[in-house]
Amino acid sequence: MSSASIPDPTAPLTPSGNLRRRQLVSRVSEVAATAAAVLAIAVLVLVIYSVVIRGAKKVSLDFIFTTYPTGVGPMLLGTLEIALIATLMAMPIGVLIALFLTEYSGAKGARTMKLILDLVNGLPSIILGLFAFIAFVEFKGQSGFAGAVALAIIELPLIARGSQEVLLLVPQSLREASDALGVARWRSVLTVVLPTALGGIVTSTVLAVARAAGETAPLILTSSNFDGKMFVLNPFEALPNVPTWIYKLSEEGNPEGFNEAWGMSLLLVAFILFASLGARALLARSKRKLSS
Amino acid sequence: MTTVASPAAQAGGRGTRVSPLRKRADSIGDRLLLGICLLAAAIAAGTIFLVGYQIVHGAVPAISKFGLGFVTSTEWQPNFGVFGAGVLLFGTAVTSAFALFLGAPIAISIGLFLTLLAPKGVRGVVGPLVELLAAIPSVILGFWGLLVLAPFVQSKIEPFLHSTLGFIPIFGSPQTTGLSLFTASLILTIMVIPIIASISRDLFQSVPRELQDGAAALGATRWEVVRGVVLPTTSSGVIAACILGLGRALGEAIAVSQVVGAGFEIKGSLFETGNTLASQIALQFPGALTELHKASLYYCGVILLVIGLASNLIAQWIGRRFSYAGAVAR
Amino acid sequence: MNYPDQSVPSRVRIQTGATAFPAGVTGTTVQPLVRPELVFDSREVSIFYGAKQALAGVTLGIRRGQITALIGPSGCGKTTFLRSLNRMNDSVLGFRIEGQILYHEHDIYGGNVDQVEVRRRIGMVFQKPNPFPKSIYDNVAWAPRNLGLRRGLDERVEQALRGAALWDEVKDRLKDSALGLSGGQQQRLCIARAIAIEPDVLLLDEPASALDPIATGAIEELMHSLKGRFTIVIVTHNMQQAARVADRTAFFSLETGGEKPVGALIEVDETEKIFADPRDPRTRDYVTGRFG
Repeated sequence: MSSASIPDPTAPLTPSGNLRRRQLVSRVSEVAATAAAVLAIAVLVLVIYSVVIRGAKKVSLDFIFTTYPTGVGPMLLGTLEIALIATLMAMPIGVLIALFLTEYSGAKGARTMKLILDLVNGLPSIILGLFAFIAFVEFKGQSGFAGAVALAIIELPLIARGSQEVLLLVPQSLREASDALGVARWRSVLTVVLPTALGGIVTSTVLAVARAAGETAPLILTSSNFDGKMFVLNPFEALPNVPTWIYKLSEEGNPEGFNEAWGMSLLLVAFILFASLGARALLARSKRKLSS
Repeated sequence: MTTVASPAAQAGGRGTRVSPLRKRADSIGDRLLLGICLLAAAIAAGTIFLVGYQIVHGAVPAISKFGLGFVTSTEWQPNFGVFGAGVLLFGTAVTSAFALFLGAPIAISIGLFLTLLAPKGVRGVVGPLVELLAAIPSVILGFWGLLVLAPFVQSKIEPFLHSTLGFIPIFGSPQTTGLSLFTASLILTIMVIPIIASISRDLFQSVPRELQDGAAALGATRWEVVRGVVLPTTSSGVIAACILGLGRALGEAIAVSQVVGAGFEIKGSLFETGNTLASQIALQFPGALTELHKASLYYCGVILLVIGLASNLIAQWIGRRFSYAGAVAR
Repeated sequence: MNYPDQSVPSRVRIQTGATAFPAGVTGTTVQPLVRPELVFDSREVSIFYGAKQALAGVTLGIRRGQITALIGPSGCGKTTFLRSLNRMNDSVLGFRIEGQILYHEHDIYGGNVDQVEVRRRIGMVFQKPNPFPKSIYDNVAWAPRNLGLRRGLDERVEQALRGAALWDEVKDRLKDSALGLSGGQQQRLCIARAIAIEPDVLLLDEPASALDPIATGAIEELMHSLKGRFTIVIVTHNMQQAARVADRTAFFSLETGGEKPVGALIEVDETEKIFADPRDPRTRDYVTGRFG
């Protein structure tokens, strides 16, 4: 064995042998990792910056509340309505699935259900749009409802998973105390477990809505024939909505349209970012409270 | 509704899980609730089959007319009733592969940064910011790509790459608009990074402290600890994360359609226009008039669905099969 | 403060670390007061984690080529002190050290000191065996490869495994995963791993506490054979183990004088003396088992 590479123990504790080179390599890797993070943040900042600077020019109270051509009120309202309908469909099913996973299923059932949720989560949104088209639009024409169905499918795994995480954090002692008092399982689930987890479930839903509100592909195929000149409330017609309008404007090549698109983007991004950040913070807090 | 009082809490129950919860559904109310839950679960499961069935059903006219040759043929002429997905598959493959090969190293580096390098305060800020990148709707990212990124790419990046690496055919001469497979790939990279980064971050965080301490105590530099311990133990999870990111890139329709240029041929250079399966559906379906045209787009959807489900399943399989948790020391 | 006992003469810088009387001198005549060679010289070392003080004013010398045991009840700072010797506490949040730890007269926490170099010369084996999820061979060869010691790697691995009394048991399955070994074998593997790079010092943090009695016995035998080549510092809960294995023993305990209990070094001496006739009553109480 070469003892030349065994350092003299009494020598000063500065790098010996090949350590200087290895420390250099380590430093380079640290710089690279930091650069990667900086790059990602930079892209985020660039995008947000563009949206804010260009969109702010257009956004005003008129813009938000009036109809085309002065404003995009119908689109905003329609987006809210579609999101609402989608959530009304997805939330109960999602919460029930979460209850199934935490309260009733065995190991095998849980694994299967998780697989299914992951698969649903991975379905490309354009495919869901095609599905909604075949299922509804082919027979009855475009409708906000058809779009909402596709969005509900997108929201479902997110709500289920988020609710499940929160339900798992509800202390076992709560359930056991209820059992010990002779209360039926279903009653304690509905009156004790669910209410405790409600905060987390709601915030998970908000996160899901934030995700679904920006989805364009399903709506292109189900709810894109509108002109925005009046408010539409009937979900069985094409509901005006923000994402498809932005898409349409972006494909038209008209600079004035571009400005409008930036304005709508600002509104959409603002809603999504605030909803996401707020919900995430609240979710973290309710998780902490439950597990403390 | 009468309820049967449950006996005082005892161990037992039908579940095979280790959880101490009793899995009993003894009263009618319980059975009803369980039934509703099962119904919900069945709806979710049924959705996948329903979606698959409908898409395949819609594609039948095209499948029966073109068969498997659809996959290789590069002719797409709606007016003549000739359709082939070759160009689209090429575009899908190129853009997704690019996004993965560029995005995965960056994302993994970000994961390492967040777990091993960043002090707590920085981590708390950078982490959510990276996840925020994932929250940007694709239509806005595509719009930004169209008006901000594409011109920049066309005026600065493509000429630079062409002048330095132009001897490689894929870096051909820049086109006028900057709408190209290259720009689409960049947009997809941006979308893929947050997915891989956040999963990687969770994985790196789960590497046991003792293992890293053990490596450090042997006189290893930080990078050596990463290379020798952190990366190897999380490798299968990271690969699974990458495949999930790939699935995202494969299925992205809107943003890609805004910046890819809707090209109809396979050209040799990245800087030329092209198209992908998802993007083609988004671009042409609303305007498709003939049944065959629509059916061909459904056929594209079938291919997309198959690739998407396959990548999802593969990611799950890899993540589960080689998980480190199964190899913990006795 | 207890300073290393000076009544035993020893030659400075004897390769094997054994002590020897100067020629011609018998045990009872005048002995030259030669300072024993100190590998570690800790002077008034206090350690804090944030606002909490874990150790107060430890002054302790570790002699070359000997086994020094640190004993005492749990929570009195033995492991903290040990980990400070090779700067493994640096990554702990809020870690702060006052006083000096000199290693061959170099301040370990000095300005120019490279942490990695410190750990290259001062190795550590942990309480719970922590082999890498690699093959047995790769576990031992990993650090030498980093250091560029690629020539004669096979021999180095064999020597290390022999030194850890593990060679015969694993020589036919070097390519097998290290995780397939028993607890005692894994711990010996960790020792082999540490000695493969020929460090100057070995720090052992309760190396046998997670092992069964037979494995423990094997580890103790090992330490006797390693003693000459390395300076060893071992933290142990097991007094009998210290008595069997150590040349010198340092007794730590909690000092409850101030407002909060703080770990402190009570007494350090030849092992026989600590156990047979300790100076401090607290030491006597501990070694006679009067308190845990």
